[in-house]
Amino acid sequence: MQFSGLDCRFERLAAPLPMHRARVDATQWSALAFAVATTKGRLVSLWGSDRRAMGDGFAVATAYATAEGLLWVELGLDVMRPAYPDISRFFVPALRMQRAAHDLVGIDAEDSVDSRQWLRHGAWPADYFPLRIENTGQERFAPQPDNYPFVFVEGDGVHEIAVGPVHAGTIEPGHFRFSVVGEKVLRLEERFGYTHKGIERRFMGMDIDEGARLAGRVSGDSTVAYAWAYAMAAESAAGVAVPERAAWLRALLLERERVANHLGDLGALGNDAAFGFALAQFSRLREDWLRANFEAFGHRLLMDCIRPGGVARDLDAAAAAQLRRDAVALVAEVAELKDIYDEHAGLQDRFVTTGRVAPELAARFGLTGLAGRASGQVADLRVDFPWPPYDKLAVTASTQFNGDVAARVAVRFDECFESLRLIDALLAALPDGPLDVPIAIRDAASGAGWIEGWRGEIFVALETDARGRIARCHCHDPSWQNWPVIEHAIIDNIVADFPLINKSFNLGYSAQDL
Amino acid sequence: MWHILKYIARHRRPGASASPTRSPTLSPSRHRAHLIHPDILAILGRALAIRHVDGGSCNGCELEIHALNNPYYNIEGLGIKFVASPRHADMLLVTGPVSRHMELALKRTYDAIPAPKLVVAIGDCGCTGGIFGESYASCGRVSNVIPVDVTVPGCPPPPADILAGILTALRVRPSLAPDEGTASDFTPGFN
Ligand code: SF4
Repeated sequence: MQFSGLDCRFERLAAPLPMHRARVDATQWSALAFAVATTKGRLVSLWGSDRRAMGDGFAVATAYATAEGLLWVELGLDVMRPAYPDISRFFVPALRMQRAAHDLVGIDAEDSVDSRQWLRHGAWPADYFPLRIENTGQERFAPQPDNYPFVFVEGDGVHEIAVGPVHAGTIEPGHFRFSVVGEKVLRLEERFGYTHKGIERRFMGMDIDEGARLAGRVSGDSTVAYAWAYAMAAESAAGVAVPERAAWLRALLLERERVANHLGDLGALGNDAAFGFALAQFSRLREDWLRANFEAFGHRLLMDCIRPGGVARDLDAAAAAQLRRDAVALVAEVAELKDIYDEHAGLQDRFVTTGRVAPELAARFGLTGLAGRASGQVADLRVDFPWPPYDKLAVTASTQFNGDVAARVAVRFDECFESLRLIDALLAALPDGPLDVPIAIRDAASGAGWIEGWRGEIFVALETDARGRIARCHCHDPSWQNWPVIEHAIIDNIVADFPLINKSFNLGYSAQDL
Repeated sequence: MWHILKYIARHRRPGASASPTRSPTLSPSRHRAHLIHPDILAILGRALAIRHVDGGSCNGCELEIHALNNPYYNIEGLGIKFVASPRHADMLLVTGPVSRHMELALKRTYDAIPAPKLVVAIGDCGCTGGIFGESYASCGRVSNVIPVDVTVPGCPPPPADILAGILTALRVRPSLAPDEGTASDFTPGFN
């Protein structure tokens, strides 16, 4: 395949979604970024690798989403001077990913407007790159102070509020710096990397099955989406296709995960607007849902249910019937709670116009996933590239245009109903057949997985070495794209609305700190 | 408002849903939970205040700690409360392997908690470092960073196990009874 008349050849990967891979030179690298940007494609991910063990140098790679599918583009870099043309000129979200690629592999984006460290604080020195092959990842360093150069806002009456990494509630750690005048936020700067625990280094050397467990623990709330994306990557590397029943059960798990997260968030959003009733009711429904997960699949959050080659556990007819009845009952419950939300003036007053991301801003910053759909960015892999079993289900993507908390709440309600419809349809026509196919990778291979998780698109790129062990596994979360947009969504809002705005996106920390 | 009241009236007890598709049962975990309250009062003489710190988890453990607040476990009804400041806390719940980037923040939180500083490490990661282990970026298990009283294994442990771990922590430190506690604080050490 060729893209946009560029003279590089893309090879199609063996995968249920259209994904293509090409090696490019530096000129093509920039031309491609430009071409994707001008044809309204999106940057999905950017990451670095050290290929010296295979006789190559360093490499930088990107994944773009285009109308033709995913393009995995790779540029080899000079060993002595590993640098590549900056693409944040075309794609704003590239900035933090480029900074992370520097911290992990020591490769640089030339002429980037921001080259501060991102994942690295003071735990390891600036000249240590954990993913380089001369390092084992087992090195220990005396902690250094993290003198991160935050941007200061000066002016009459401006003061700073620093929050985190330890927050008041039970949430993941991150640091937020607000510059405010009175109650109004002028600027927010985020600082993450607190939960960086070396996941990408940990992958190196693992076998395919161990890797699956780790991928399922990149972000607990999206364990199904990661497990599926990883399994798809492994299957595409091995060139195997999963049996029909396994694909259907995977979709069932993914939609159950989506519903569980939406239930949790809808309750928390009501609670953040001082409507405690909502939290009580939605958390009750979520608990029922998780208990049903445990009964049917053996795990409340559905960890390790998907594995390379298929699924770990079958569903008998009685359990399937019960899950169907649950889904029908839940539709009625959520519909009733939605009426209560819609009618509640106090709640709507807090939701409407709060934390607004206009569609133009969303497009410029590459806002993606659920939050993107609330700001007019119409994209959903289940709709755009319906892979089995979604090709049989005619998924409807929810779209709103106001981009405020109310819009993100509306998308959650819509998606909850749509997922419940899908669950019913999946269970009604669950095909018979085997649960998995044997999968073995014994040599150097590569593959990719691309899944619409509840938060947005999850992408996994996997490469194995000559013994079939993992040489590099990169996991990407849509939080990378969406966190920088929160810095804009909060501007001109009051500080007290930050928890509500933040929750309406509900982005991951571990998912992107890795 | 009328709508809300109607809804509440129909859902007086969790598990007894409006359109029951499963037979409502009094869950064993709920039962277990209610046995804990007298224990807390007997040991602490007051309600229990907990501070949670995510040391670098995958957030799975957080989801299950959150679940403790749902109507099934109803921990506020048991006199257990999650507090925002470590200075108000009797107990610290720590999840995840402790990332090196969270090491200092965790130590500081621990220092800010008044004695007796009960610490419960939640999840396989908190107990052993779990799948992430120790590395340039991870300190591994919680006890590598601060003293731990009780560990609750599981990936993630279900809410009932977390609750049981909290209770165990209250029991493993009998010196918590007010008299003994102050006495040992003021007794010169003989070690
Ligand atoms: S124990 Fe499991 S759920 Fe908890 S933080 Fe570790 S990997 Fe995540």
